[in-house]
Amino acid sequence: MARLTVNPTRMELRRLKTRLKTATRGHKLLKDKSDEMVRRFMELIRLNKSLREEIEGEVKEALRSFMLARAVASSEDIEQVLSMPKVRVSIETGTKNIMGVDVPDVNINMPAPEDLLPYAFAGTSSDLDTAVVKLSGLTEKLLRLAEVEKTCNMLADEIEKNRRRVNALEYVMIPQLNETIKYILMKLDENERGNLTRLMKVKSLMEERDAT
Amino acid sequence: MAKSGKIAVIGDKDSVLAFKAVGAETFSPSGQFETNDLVKKLKDDYAVIFITEDLAEQISDTIDKLKTRAYPAVIPIPAGNGSNGFGMRGIRKDVEKAIGADILFGD
Repeated sequence: MARLTVNPTRMELRRLKTRLKTATRGHKLLKDKSDEMVRRFMELIRLNKSLREEIEGEVKEALRSFMLARAVASSEDIEQVLSMPKVRVSIETGTKNIMGVDVPDVNINMPAPEDLLPYAFAGTSSDLDTAVVKLSGLTEKLLRLAEVEKTCNMLADEIEKNRRRVNALEYVMIPQLNETIKYILMKLDENERGNLTRLMKVKSLMEERDAT
Repeated sequence: MAKSGKIAVIGDKDSVLAFKAVGAETFSPSGQFETNDLVKKLKDDYAVIFITEDLAEQISDTIDKLKTRAYPAVIPIPAGNGSNGFGMRGIRKDVEKAIGADILFGD
């Protein structure tokens, strides 16, 4: 591992040691964060999968009834009866924070289901009623799915980013710092020894001179 | 910072018309470019955009770009003729991204 290019001085050594301490602590924190995020992610993705499986079946069924309704009525009629929806699902959107990620948080205000159909029964087939009722029952689930799936998307993204950070610290930053600290220590020791030998040499030279 | 959001449904006419009854706004673009433009136009005004899987597959680049923001949530739904598995593939991709291996589907 390549070491950093620094001057082998005591001041530099002290600076690097603090950096190493920070890096180690950061690494531990990020690793804990990663573990917790993965745990949350696993919970959510399981929920996501089961929700999606449910919804895919149900939406298909609702749309099939709708297609039947379309087949027997003219498309103008259908468009006409649906063009003025009586109910309007209103949603409140906010964000909530999961492990430092702002994920969507959707509140659904579902109107009472009894007066759902915006049209009279004459002129349309019962398949249309079935489709509309089914779909409105599905709306809440669909929105829940939207929330969960988006959360999973964002968490997955964040987990990946976080893993990069952890790896950068673990495999690049910390070894580099260790290497450099070791290098400075060796260099300082070497200087110390050099100094000592020089002194001893000088001393012996002086003693030789005094003896003669 | 809760605010009210709108729901959009994008897809072919047969599939999305039914969503009108529950108060969502529906759009039926024709062709890949129109879909792309439509999503880009809607992304700031709508909180949740449902899009049928076949259309979602065509503009998956745009959808991937929106994945990192909290809103809008672009969610693929099956069209009237059934699911082609695009939505499930999205989940699998997430798992692979986060964990590094597909441990949920196991096949």
